[in-house]
Amino acid sequence: MSSPRPGGAVLPAREHVPARAAVRLDGVTKSFGSLRVLDAVSFAVLPGCAFIILGRSGTGKSVMLKHIIGLVQPDEGRVFVEGDEITALRGVELSRVRRKIGFLFQNAALFDSISVGENVAFPMRRHTRLSDAEIRDRAVAKLEAVGLGQEYDKMPADLSGGMRKRAGLARALALDPPILLVDEPSAGLDPVTAGEIDDLLFGLKGNGGTTLVIVTHNIPSAKRLGDELVMLHQGRIVASGSPEELQNSDHELVRAFMSSQHAG
Amino acid sequence: MLDRAGALLSTTGDLSVFAMRAAREAVLPPYEFKETVRQVYELGARSAPLIAVSGFAVGVVLSMHTRASLERFGAEAMIPAGLAMALVRETGPLTAGLLLSGRIGAGIGAELGAMRVTEQIDALEAGAVDSFRYLVVTRVVACIIALPILTTLMNFAGMLGGFLAEAAATGMSLQLYFTRAFSLIAVSDYLPSTLKTMVFGFIIATISSYLGFTTSSGTEGVGRASTQAVVMSSVGIIVANVVLVRLIFFLFPGAAG
Repeated sequence: MSSPRPGGAVLPAREHVPARAAVRLDGVTKSFGSLRVLDAVSFAVLPGCAFIILGRSGTGKSVMLKHIIGLVQPDEGRVFVEGDEITALRGVELSRVRRKIGFLFQNAALFDSISVGENVAFPMRRHTRLSDAEIRDRAVAKLEAVGLGQEYDKMPADLSGGMRKRAGLARALALDPPILLVDEPSAGLDPVTAGEIDDLLFGLKGNGGTTLVIVTHNIPSAKRLGDELVMLHQGRIVASGSPEELQNSDHELVRAFMSSQHAG
Repeated sequence: MLDRAGALLSTTGDLSVFAMRAAREAVLPPYEFKETVRQVYELGARSAPLIAVSGFAVGVVLSMHTRASLERFGAEAMIPAGLAMALVRETGPLTAGLLLSGRIGAGIGAELGAMRVTEQIDALEAGAVDSFRYLVVTRVVACIIALPILTTLMNFAGMLGGFLAEAAATGMSLQLYFTRAFSLIAVSDYLPSTLKTMVFGFIIATISSYLGFTTSSGTEGVGRASTQAVVMSSVGIIVANVVLVRLIFFLFPGAAG
Protein backbone atom coordinates (compact mmCIF):
# COMPACT_ATOMS: atom_id res chain seq x y z
CA MET A 1 0.00 0.00 0.00
CA SER A 2 1.27 3.48 -0.83
CA SER A 3 2.27 5.95 1.84
CA PRO A 4 -0.26 8.44 3.24
CA ARG A 5 -0.75 11.60 1.23
CA PRO A 6 -1.44 15.16 2.28
CA GLY A 7 -5.03 14.93 1.08
CA GLY A 8 -6.01 11.79 2.92
CA ALA A 9 -4.62 8.78 4.69
CA VAL A 10 -5.39 5.09 4.68
CA LEU A 11 -4.97 3.85 8.20
CA PRO A 12 -4.71 0.60 10.01
CA ALA A 13 -7.81 -0.02 12.11
CA ARG A 14 -8.02 1.92 15.39
CA GLU A 15 -4.91 4.00 14.64
CA HIS A 16 -5.08 7.55 15.95
CA VAL A 17 -5.70 10.12 13.21
CA PRO A 18 -5.63 13.90 13.18
CA ALA A 19 -8.73 15.42 14.79
CA ARG A 20 -9.07 17.81 11.86
CA ALA A 21 -10.07 15.05 9.44
CA ALA A 22 -13.32 15.99 7.67
CA VAL A 23 -14.30 12.32 7.40
CA ARG A 24 -12.75 9.37 9.15
CA LEU A 25 -13.60 5.67 9.06
CA ASP A 26 -12.11 3.59 11.82
CA GLY A 27 -12.17 -0.17 11.36
CA VAL A 28 -15.58 -0.26 9.67
CA THR A 29 -16.90 -3.73 9.02
CA LYS A 30 -20.27 -4.46 7.43
CA SER A 31 -21.91 -7.70 6.33
CA PHE A 32 -25.22 -8.36 4.61
CA GLY A 33 -26.20 -11.89 5.51
CA SER A 34 -23.11 -14.04 4.95
CA LEU A 35 -21.54 -11.51 2.57
CA ARG A 36 -18.89 -9.31 4.17
CA VAL A 37 -19.02 -6.08 2.17
CA LEU A 38 -16.56 -3.99 4.21
CA ASP A 39 -13.78 -5.59 6.22
CA ALA A 40 -12.13 -3.33 8.81
CA VAL A 41 -11.88 -0.36 6.47
CA SER A 42 -10.10 2.71 7.82
CA PHE A 43 -9.22 6.00 6.18
CA ALA A 44 -9.27 9.71 6.85
CA VAL A 45 -10.11 12.56 4.48
CA LEU A 46 -8.67 15.96 5.23
CA PRO A 47 -10.76 19.13 4.73
CA GLY A 48 -10.80 20.46 1.18
CA CYS A 49 -9.47 17.21 -0.24
CA ALA A 50 -11.02 15.34 -3.19
CA PHE A 51 -11.02 11.70 -2.10
CA ILE A 52 -11.88 9.13 -4.74
CA ILE A 53 -13.08 5.59 -3.99
CA LEU A 54 -12.53 3.15 -6.83
CA GLY A 55 -13.51 -0.47 -7.14
CA ARG A 56 -15.44 -3.01 -9.15
CA SER A 57 -19.23 -3.08 -9.00
CA GLY A 58 -20.60 -4.63 -5.82
CA THR A 59 -17.49 -4.05 -3.72
CA GLY A 60 -19.28 -1.87 -1.17
CA LYS A 61 -18.32 1.62 -2.37
CA SER A 62 -21.86 3.02 -2.10
CA VAL A 63 -22.31 1.25 1.25
CA MET A 64 -19.20 3.05 2.44
CA LEU A 65 -20.67 6.43 1.44
CA LYS A 66 -23.91 5.59 3.25
CA HIS A 67 -21.90 4.83 6.39
CA ILE A 68 -20.41 8.33 6.26
CA ILE A 69 -23.85 9.97 6.41
CA GLY A 70 -25.32 7.44 8.85
CA LEU A 71 -27.75 5.76 6.46
CA VAL A 72 -26.09 2.42 7.20
CA GLN A 73 -24.74 1.40 10.59
CA PRO A 74 -21.50 -0.61 10.72
CA ASP A 75 -21.39 -4.01 12.42
CA GLU A 76 -18.07 -2.93 13.88
CA GLY A 77 -16.01 0.24 13.79
CA ARG A 78 -16.76 3.95 13.96
CA VAL A 79 -17.31 6.81 11.54
CA PHE A 80 -16.41 10.42 12.34
CA VAL A 81 -17.54 13.56 10.53
CA GLU A 82 -15.62 16.68 11.53
CA GLY A 83 -14.86 15.08 14.88
CA ASP A 84 -18.42 13.92 15.63
CA GLU A 85 -18.89 10.17 15.83
CA ILE A 86 -21.90 9.89 13.52
CA THR A 87 -22.29 6.18 14.27
CA ALA A 88 -23.10 7.06 17.89
CA LEU A 89 -25.57 9.88 17.16
CA ARG A 90 -29.38 9.82 17.03
CA GLY A 91 -32.19 12.31 16.57
CA VAL A 92 -31.37 16.00 16.67
CA GLU A 93 -27.62 15.46 16.99
CA LEU A 94 -27.57 13.18 13.97
CA SER A 95 -29.53 15.79 11.98
CA ARG A 96 -27.05 18.49 13.01
CA VAL A 97 -24.13 16.48 11.60
CA ARG A 98 -26.04 15.46 8.48
CA ARG A 99 -26.63 19.12 7.65
CA LYS A 100 -22.86 19.42 7.15
CA ILE A 101 -23.00 16.84 4.36
CA GLY A 102 -24.45 17.01 0.87
CA PHE A 103 -25.18 13.71 -0.88
CA LEU A 104 -25.52 13.29 -4.64
CA PHE A 105 -27.15 9.89 -5.16
CA GLN A 106 -26.33 7.72 -8.15
CA ASN A 107 -29.77 8.31 -9.68
CA ALA A 108 -30.09 11.78 -8.13
CA ALA A 109 -33.06 10.59 -5.98
CA LEU A 110 -35.02 13.78 -6.65
CA PHE A 111 -38.40 13.93 -4.89
CA ASP A 112 -40.67 13.25 -7.84
CA SER A 113 -43.82 14.76 -6.34
CA ILE A 114 -42.40 18.31 -6.29
CA SER A 115 -40.78 20.50 -8.93
CA VAL A 116 -37.05 20.67 -9.59
CA GLY A 117 -36.85 24.07 -7.92
CA GLU A 118 -38.75 22.89 -4.86
CA ASN A 119 -36.34 19.95 -4.62
CA VAL A 120 -33.49 22.43 -4.32
CA ALA A 121 -35.50 24.67 -1.99
CA PHE A 122 -36.50 21.72 0.22
CA PRO A 123 -33.38 21.63 2.46
CA MET A 124 -33.60 25.42 2.92
CA ARG A 125 -37.28 25.23 3.86
CA ARG A 126 -36.47 22.52 6.41
CA HIS A 127 -33.34 23.93 7.95
CA THR A 128 -33.30 27.71 7.57
CA ARG A 129 -35.54 30.60 8.61
CA LEU A 130 -35.26 32.33 5.24
CA SER A 131 -38.37 33.87 3.70
CA ASP A 132 -40.08 32.16 0.74
CA ALA A 133 -38.71 34.82 -1.61
CA GLU A 134 -35.15 34.39 -0.34
CA ILE A 135 -35.40 30.62 -0.60
CA ARG A 136 -36.66 30.85 -4.16
CA ASP A 137 -33.88 33.28 -5.11
CA ARG A 138 -31.25 31.00 -3.61
CA ALA A 139 -32.74 27.90 -5.24
CA VAL A 140 -32.72 29.66 -8.62
CA ALA A 141 -29.09 30.67 -8.03
CA LYS A 142 -28.16 27.06 -7.18
CA LEU A 143 -29.93 25.84 -10.31
CA GLU A 144 -28.21 28.50 -12.43
CA ALA A 145 -24.86 27.33 -11.07
CA VAL A 146 -25.53 23.89 -12.57
CA GLY A 147 -27.02 25.28 -15.79
CA LEU A 148 -30.69 24.68 -14.92
CA GLY A 149 -31.80 28.22 -14.13
CA GLN A 150 -34.81 27.95 -16.44
CA GLU A 151 -36.03 24.60 -15.11
CA TYR A 152 -37.34 25.64 -11.68
CA ASP A 153 -40.95 24.69 -12.34
CA LYS A 154 -40.30 21.49 -14.30
CA MET A 155 -41.02 18.15 -12.66
CA PRO A 156 -38.10 15.72 -12.21
CA ALA A 157 -39.74 13.23 -14.61
CA ASP A 158 -39.44 15.83 -17.39
CA LEU A 159 -35.64 16.06 -17.08
CA SER A 160 -32.98 14.00 -18.84
CA GLY A 161 -30.60 11.82 -16.81
CA GLY A 162 -27.84 14.43 -16.92
CA MET A 163 -30.20 17.25 -15.95
CA ARG A 164 -31.54 15.19 -13.04
CA LYS A 165 -28.02 14.61 -11.82
CA ARG A 166 -27.22 18.33 -12.04
CA ALA A 167 -30.45 19.12 -10.16
CA GLY A 168 -29.44 16.55 -7.56
CA LEU A 169 -26.08 18.31 -7.24
CA ALA A 170 -27.84 21.66 -6.79
CA ARG A 171 -29.99 20.14 -4.02
CA ALA A 172 -26.94 18.54 -2.37
CA LEU A 173 -25.28 21.98 -2.30
CA ALA A 174 -28.40 23.86 -1.16
CA LEU A 175 -27.08 24.41 2.38
CA ASP A 176 -23.48 24.99 1.22
CA PRO A 177 -22.25 21.92 3.10
CA PRO A 178 -18.52 21.63 3.84
CA ILE A 179 -18.59 17.96 2.77
CA LEU A 180 -20.05 16.54 -0.44
CA LEU A 181 -20.52 12.81 -1.02
CA VAL A 182 -20.99 11.81 -4.65
CA ASP A 183 -22.08 8.34 -5.74
CA GLU A 184 -20.99 7.53 -9.29
CA PRO A 185 -21.49 10.96 -10.86
CA SER A 186 -21.05 9.75 -14.43
CA ALA A 187 -23.02 6.49 -14.23
CA GLY A 188 -25.49 6.19 -17.08
CA LEU A 189 -24.43 9.45 -18.71
CA ASP A 190 -22.89 10.08 -22.11
CA PRO A 191 -19.22 11.21 -22.04
CA VAL A 192 -20.08 14.86 -22.75
CA THR A 193 -22.67 15.10 -19.98
CA ALA A 194 -20.38 13.18 -17.62
CA GLY A 195 -17.69 15.74 -18.44
CA GLU A 196 -20.09 18.57 -17.54
CA ILE A 197 -20.76 16.99 -14.13
CA ASP A 198 -17.00 16.62 -13.66
CA ASP A 199 -16.55 20.30 -14.48
CA LEU A 200 -19.07 21.22 -11.78
CA LEU A 201 -17.28 19.06 -9.22
CA PHE A 202 -13.92 20.41 -10.34
CA GLY A 203 -15.31 23.92 -9.87
CA LEU A 204 -16.29 23.08 -6.28
CA LYS A 205 -12.80 21.81 -5.66
CA GLY A 206 -11.32 24.91 -7.25
CA ASN A 207 -13.40 27.21 -5.09
CA GLY A 208 -11.85 25.51 -2.08
CA GLY A 209 -13.40 24.53 1.18
CA THR A 210 -15.62 21.69 0.02
CA THR A 211 -14.39 18.22 0.89
CA LEU A 212 -15.34 15.79 -1.87
CA VAL A 213 -15.73 12.04 -1.37
CA ILE A 214 -16.51 10.52 -4.74
CA VAL A 215 -17.29 6.95 -5.71
CA THR A 216 -16.62 6.41 -9.39
CA HIS A 217 -15.71 3.92 -12.11
CA ASN A 218 -14.65 6.73 -14.39
CA ILE A 219 -10.86 6.62 -14.35
CA PRO A 220 -10.20 9.77 -16.44
CA SER A 221 -12.54 11.63 -14.08
CA ALA A 222 -10.85 10.13 -11.00
CA LYS A 223 -7.42 11.17 -12.27
CA ARG A 224 -8.62 14.69 -12.97
CA LEU A 225 -10.48 15.27 -9.72
CA GLY A 226 -8.71 13.17 -7.15
CA ASP A 227 -6.10 14.30 -4.64
CA GLU A 228 -6.19 10.87 -3.03
CA LEU A 229 -7.50 7.66 -4.56
CA VAL A 230 -8.26 4.38 -2.81
CA MET A 231 -9.09 1.08 -4.43
CA LEU A 232 -11.61 -1.15 -2.68
CA HIS A 233 -11.47 -4.87 -3.41
CA GLN A 234 -13.24 -7.69 -1.57
CA GLY A 235 -14.18 -5.36 1.27
CA ARG A 236 -10.67 -4.04 1.86
CA ILE A 237 -8.63 -1.10 0.64
CA VAL A 238 -5.90 -2.67 -1.46
CA ALA A 239 -4.21 0.51 -2.66
CA SER A 240 -4.15 4.21 -2.00
CA GLY A 241 -2.25 7.24 -3.15
CA SER A 242 -2.14 9.82 -5.90
CA PRO A 243 -3.35 8.89 -9.40
CA GLU A 244 0.29 8.44 -10.46
CA GLU A 245 1.03 6.17 -7.51
CA LEU A 246 -1.95 3.95 -8.25
CA GLN A 247 -1.01 3.90 -11.91
CA ASN A 248 2.34 2.35 -10.90
CA SER A 249 0.92 0.10 -8.17
CA ASP A 250 2.27 -3.40 -7.64
CA HIS A 251 -1.30 -4.69 -7.49
CA GLU A 252 -2.32 -6.10 -10.85
CA LEU A 253 -6.03 -5.27 -10.48
CA VAL A 254 -5.20 -1.68 -9.52
CA ARG A 255 -2.95 -1.23 -12.54
CA ALA A 256 -5.56 -2.77 -14.83
CA PHE A 257 -8.22 -0.49 -13.35
CA MET A 258 -6.10 2.62 -13.67
CA SER A 259 -5.15 1.81 -17.27
CA SER A 260 -8.81 1.64 -18.22
CA GLN A 261 -10.18 4.56 -20.21
CA HIS A 262 -13.72 3.52 -19.40
CA ALA A 263 -15.79 6.58 -18.57
CA GLY A 264 -18.88 5.05 -17.03
CA MET B 1 -44.23 -24.45 6.21
CA LEU B 2 -42.35 -23.62 9.42
CA ASP B 3 -40.33 -21.02 7.51
CA ARG B 4 -43.52 -19.33 6.30
CA ALA B 5 -45.00 -19.35 9.78
CA GLY B 6 -41.78 -17.83 11.10
CA ALA B 7 -41.78 -15.16 8.41
CA LEU B 8 -45.42 -14.32 9.14
CA LEU B 9 -44.67 -14.04 12.84
CA SER B 10 -41.66 -11.86 12.14
CA THR B 11 -43.67 -9.56 9.84
CA THR B 12 -46.45 -9.30 12.43
CA GLY B 13 -43.92 -8.36 15.09
CA ASP B 14 -42.22 -5.77 12.88
CA LEU B 15 -45.60 -4.32 11.87
CA SER B 16 -46.65 -4.05 15.52
CA VAL B 17 -43.47 -2.20 16.43
CA PHE B 18 -43.95 0.06 13.39
CA ALA B 19 -47.58 0.79 14.39
CA MET B 20 -46.65 1.54 18.00
CA ARG B 21 -43.91 3.91 16.85
CA ALA B 22 -46.39 5.66 14.53
CA ALA B 23 -48.92 6.01 17.37
CA ARG B 24 -46.29 7.37 19.76
CA GLU B 25 -44.77 9.86 17.30
CA ALA B 26 -48.22 11.04 16.20
CA VAL B 27 -48.79 12.56 19.63
CA LEU B 28 -45.24 13.68 20.44
CA PRO B 29 -43.68 16.87 18.98
CA PRO B 30 -42.27 18.06 16.67
CA TYR B 31 -45.31 18.05 14.40
CA GLU B 32 -45.29 18.21 10.63
CA PHE B 33 -48.38 20.44 10.31
CA LYS B 34 -47.88 21.55 6.73
CA GLU B 35 -47.24 18.07 5.37
CA THR B 36 -50.13 16.64 7.43
CA VAL B 37 -52.54 19.19 5.94
CA ARG B 38 -51.24 18.32 2.47
CA GLN B 39 -51.85 14.64 3.17
CA VAL B 40 -55.38 15.33 4.45
CA TYR B 41 -56.02 16.96 1.08
CA GLU B 42 -54.26 14.27 -0.98
CA LEU B 43 -55.69 11.27 0.86
CA GLY B 44 -58.93 12.73 2.17
CA ALA B 45 -60.31 15.48 -0.05
CA ARG B 46 -59.27 13.70 -3.23
CA SER B 47 -61.16 10.59 -2.10
CA ALA B 48 -64.40 12.54 -1.66
CA PRO B 49 -65.74 12.02 -5.21
CA LEU B 50 -65.20 8.24 -4.94
CA ILE B 51 -66.96 8.13 -1.58
CA ALA B 52 -69.84 10.36 -2.69
CA VAL B 53 -70.56 8.41 -5.87
CA SER B 54 -70.20 5.03 -4.16
CA GLY B 55 -72.34 6.12 -1.21
CA PHE B 56 -75.04 7.36 -3.55
CA ALA B 57 -75.14 4.06 -5.45
CA VAL B 58 -75.14 2.04 -2.22
CA GLY B 59 -78.06 4.17 -0.98
CA VAL B 60 -80.08 3.52 -4.14
CA VAL B 61 -79.52 -0.24 -3.94
CA LEU B 62 -80.16 -0.41 -0.18
CA SER B 63 -83.39 1.54 -0.65
CA MET B 64 -84.59 -0.86 -3.32
CA HIS B 65 -83.82 -3.88 -1.12
CA THR B 66 -85.36 -2.29 1.97
CA ARG B 67 -88.52 -1.47 0.01
CA ALA B 68 -88.81 -5.04 -1.27
CA SER B 69 -88.50 -6.37 2.32
CA LEU B 70 -90.67 -3.87 4.19
CA GLU B 71 -93.47 -3.86 1.60
CA ARG B 72 -94.30 -7.43 2.66
CA PHE B 73 -95.11 -6.15 6.14
CA GLY B 74 -96.81 -2.95 5.03
CA ALA B 75 -94.06 -0.95 6.69
CA GLU B 76 -92.98 1.24 3.73
CA ALA B 77 -93.02 4.30 6.01
CA MET B 78 -90.03 2.84 7.83
CA ILE B 79 -87.88 2.72 4.69
CA PRO B 80 -86.04 6.06 5.25
CA ALA B 81 -85.34 5.32 8.92
CA GLY B 82 -84.30 1.72 8.24
CA LEU B 83 -81.94 2.77 5.47
CA ALA B 84 -80.45 5.60 7.54
CA MET B 85 -79.92 3.27 10.48
CA ALA B 86 -78.22 0.65 8.30
CA LEU B 87 -75.99 3.26 6.68
CA VAL B 88 -74.98 5.12 9.82
CA ARG B 89 -74.40 2.10 12.04
CA GLU B 90 -72.54 -0.24 9.74
CA THR B 91 -72.84 0.01 5.98
CA GLY B 92 -71.40 3.53 5.72
CA PRO B 93 -68.35 3.04 7.97
CA LEU B 94 -67.44 -0.40 6.65
CA THR B 95 -67.98 0.42 2.97
CA ALA B 96 -66.03 3.68 3.32
CA GLY B 97 -63.23 1.82 5.12
CA LEU B 98 -62.99 -0.85 2.43
CA LEU B 99 -63.16 1.64 -0.44
CA LEU B 100 -60.47 3.78 1.15
CA SER B 101 -58.26 0.79 1.91
CA GLY B 102 -58.27 0.32 -1.86
CA ARG B 103 -57.67 3.90 -2.88
CA ILE B 104 -55.46 5.12 -0.02
CA GLY B 105 -53.80 1.80 0.82
CA ALA B 106 -52.68 1.17 -2.76
CA GLY B 107 -51.57 4.78 -3.10
CA ILE B 108 -49.47 4.87 0.06
CA GLY B 109 -47.96 1.41 -0.58
CA ALA B 110 -46.96 2.33 -4.14
CA GLU B 111 -45.76 5.86 -3.35
CA LEU B 112 -43.58 4.95 -0.38
CA GLY B 113 -42.41 1.77 -2.13
CA ALA B 114 -41.31 3.79 -5.16
CA MET B 115 -39.62 6.31 -2.87
CA ARG B 116 -37.75 3.48 -1.16
CA VAL B 117 -36.45 1.82 -4.33
CA THR B 118 -35.46 5.15 -5.93
CA GLU B 119 -33.58 6.18 -2.75
CA GLN B 120 -35.87 9.17 -2.12
CA ILE B 121 -36.36 8.02 1.48
CA ASP B 122 -32.57 7.81 1.87
CA ALA B 123 -32.36 11.29 0.34
CA LEU B 124 -34.76 12.61 2.98
CA GLU B 125 -32.68 11.05 5.75
CA ALA B 126 -29.45 12.31 4.19
CA GLY B 127 -31.07 15.76 4.15
CA ALA B 128 -31.47 15.58 7.94
CA VAL B 129 -35.23 14.93 7.74
CA ASP B 130 -36.84 12.26 9.92
CA SER B 131 -38.39 10.22 7.11
CA PHE B 132 -40.64 8.22 9.45
CA ARG B 133 -42.16 11.34 10.95
CA TYR B 134 -42.37 13.13 7.59
CA LEU B 135 -43.80 10.27 5.51
CA VAL B 136 -45.49 7.84 7.88
CA VAL B 137 -46.78 9.87 10.82
CA THR B 138 -48.27 12.54 8.54
CA ARG B 139 -50.17 9.89 6.56
CA VAL B 140 -51.37 8.13 9.70
CA VAL B 141 -52.68 11.37 11.21
CA ALA B 142 -54.23 12.41 7.88
CA CYS B 143 -56.08 9.09 7.59
CA ILE B 144 -57.31 9.28 11.20
CA ILE B 145 -58.71 12.75 10.45
CA ALA B 146 -60.09 11.95 7.00
CA LEU B 147 -61.89 8.64 7.61
CA PRO B 148 -64.68 9.91 9.93
CA ILE B 149 -65.30 12.89 7.64
CA LEU B 150 -65.47 10.71 4.55
CA THR B 151 -67.71 8.23 6.36
CA THR B 152 -70.13 11.04 7.20
CA LEU B 153 -70.06 12.07 3.55
CA MET B 154 -70.81 8.49 2.54
CA ASN B 155 -73.76 8.34 4.95
CA PHE B 156 -75.29 11.51 3.51
CA ALA B 157 -74.64 10.48 -0.08
CA GLY B 158 -76.28 7.13 0.69
CA MET B 159 -79.32 8.83 2.18
CA LEU B 160 -79.54 11.07 -0.87
CA GLY B 161 -79.42 8.01 -3.13
CA GLY B 162 -82.09 6.39 -0.97
CA PHE B 163 -84.24 9.50 -1.28
CA LEU B 164 -83.98 9.53 -5.06
CA ALA B 165 -84.93 5.86 -5.25
CA GLU B 166 -87.84 6.47 -2.90
CA ALA B 167 -88.94 9.62 -4.71
CA ALA B 168 -88.92 7.73 -8.01
CA ALA B 169 -91.04 4.93 -6.48
CA THR B 170 -93.52 6.93 -4.39
CA GLY B 171 -92.94 10.63 -5.09
CA MET B 172 -91.96 11.24 -1.44
CA SER B 173 -90.75 14.79 -0.72
CA LEU B 174 -87.17 15.56 0.39
CA GLN B 175 -88.35 17.08 3.68
CA LEU B 176 -90.54 14.10 4.61
CA TYR B 177 -87.86 11.62 3.63
CA PHE B 178 -85.15 13.21 5.79
CA THR B 179 -87.55 13.81 8.68
CA ARG B 180 -88.33 10.10 8.70
CA ALA B 181 -84.69 9.15 8.09
CA PHE B 182 -83.46 11.01 11.16
CA SER B 183 -86.43 10.09 13.35
CA LEU B 184 -84.69 7.06 14.86
CA ILE B 185 -81.03 8.10 14.63
CA ALA B 186 -79.47 8.99 17.99
CA VAL B 187 -76.00 10.32 18.79
CA SER B 188 -75.14 6.85 20.12
CA ASP B 189 -75.84 5.49 16.64
CA TYR B 190 -73.74 8.02 14.75
CA LEU B 191 -70.80 8.85 16.98
CA PRO B 192 -69.32 5.46 17.96
CA SER B 193 -69.72 3.93 14.51
CA THR B 194 -68.23 6.97 12.80
CA LEU B 195 -65.38 7.41 15.25
CA LYS B 196 -64.43 3.76 14.90
CA THR B 197 -63.30 4.65 11.37
CA MET B 198 -60.42 6.51 12.99
CA VAL B 199 -59.14 3.04 13.84
CA PHE B 200 -59.73 2.02 10.22
CA GLY B 201 -57.67 5.03 9.14
CA PHE B 202 -54.86 4.03 11.49
CA ILE B 203 -54.93 0.46 10.16
CA ILE B 204 -54.89 1.51 6.50
CA ALA B 205 -52.09 4.05 6.95
CA THR B 206 -49.80 1.96 9.15
CA ILE B 207 -50.09 -1.26 7.14
CA SER B 208 -49.64 0.52 3.80
CA SER B 209 -46.79 2.68 5.08
CA TYR B 210 -45.05 -0.34 6.59
CA LEU B 211 -45.26 -2.26 3.31
CA GLY B 212 -44.08 0.76 1.32
CA PHE B 213 -41.30 1.60 3.74
CA THR B 214 -39.92 -1.95 3.71
CA THR B 215 -40.17 -2.46 -0.05
CA SER B 216 -37.28 -4.17 -1.79
CA SER B 217 -36.74 -5.87 -5.17
CA GLY B 218 -37.32 -2.81 -7.37
CA THR B 219 -40.50 -2.19 -9.32
CA GLU B 220 -41.74 -5.73 -8.72
CA GLY B 221 -41.53 -5.00 -4.99
CA VAL B 222 -43.48 -1.77 -5.46
CA GLY B 223 -46.32 -3.63 -7.16
CA ARG B 224 -46.29 -6.26 -4.44
CA ALA B 225 -46.35 -3.62 -1.69
CA SER B 226 -49.30 -1.90 -3.33
CA THR B 227 -51.33 -5.10 -3.71
CA GLN B 228 -50.50 -6.36 -0.22
CA ALA B 229 -51.40 -2.99 1.24
CA VAL B 230 -54.94 -3.29 -0.13
CA VAL B 231 -55.36 -6.93 0.88
CA MET B 232 -53.89 -6.61 4.37
CA SER B 233 -55.62 -3.35 5.27
CA SER B 234 -58.98 -4.66 3.99
CA VAL B 235 -58.65 -7.82 6.08
CA GLY B 236 -57.41 -5.72 9.00
CA ILE B 237 -60.47 -3.48 8.80
CA ILE B 238 -62.93 -6.38 8.62
CA VAL B 239 -61.35 -8.18 11.57
CA ALA B 240 -60.99 -4.98 13.62
CA ASN B 241 -64.63 -4.17 12.88
CA VAL B 242 -65.76 -7.31 14.72
CA VAL B 243 -63.86 -6.26 17.82
CA LEU B 244 -64.92 -2.61 17.53
CA VAL B 245 -68.64 -3.42 17.14
CA ARG B 246 -68.46 -5.64 20.21
CA LEU B 247 -66.68 -2.85 22.09
CA ILE B 248 -69.27 -0.28 20.99
CA PHE B 249 -72.11 -2.52 22.17
CA PHE B 250 -70.34 -2.85 25.51
CA LEU B 251 -69.60 0.86 25.94
CA PHE B 252 -72.84 2.19 24.37
CA PRO B 253 -75.60 -0.31 25.11
CA GLY B 254 -78.06 2.00 23.33
CA ALA B 255 -76.25 1.35 20.04
CA ALA B 256 -77.19 -2.33 20.22
CA GLY B 257 -80.90 -1.59 20.43
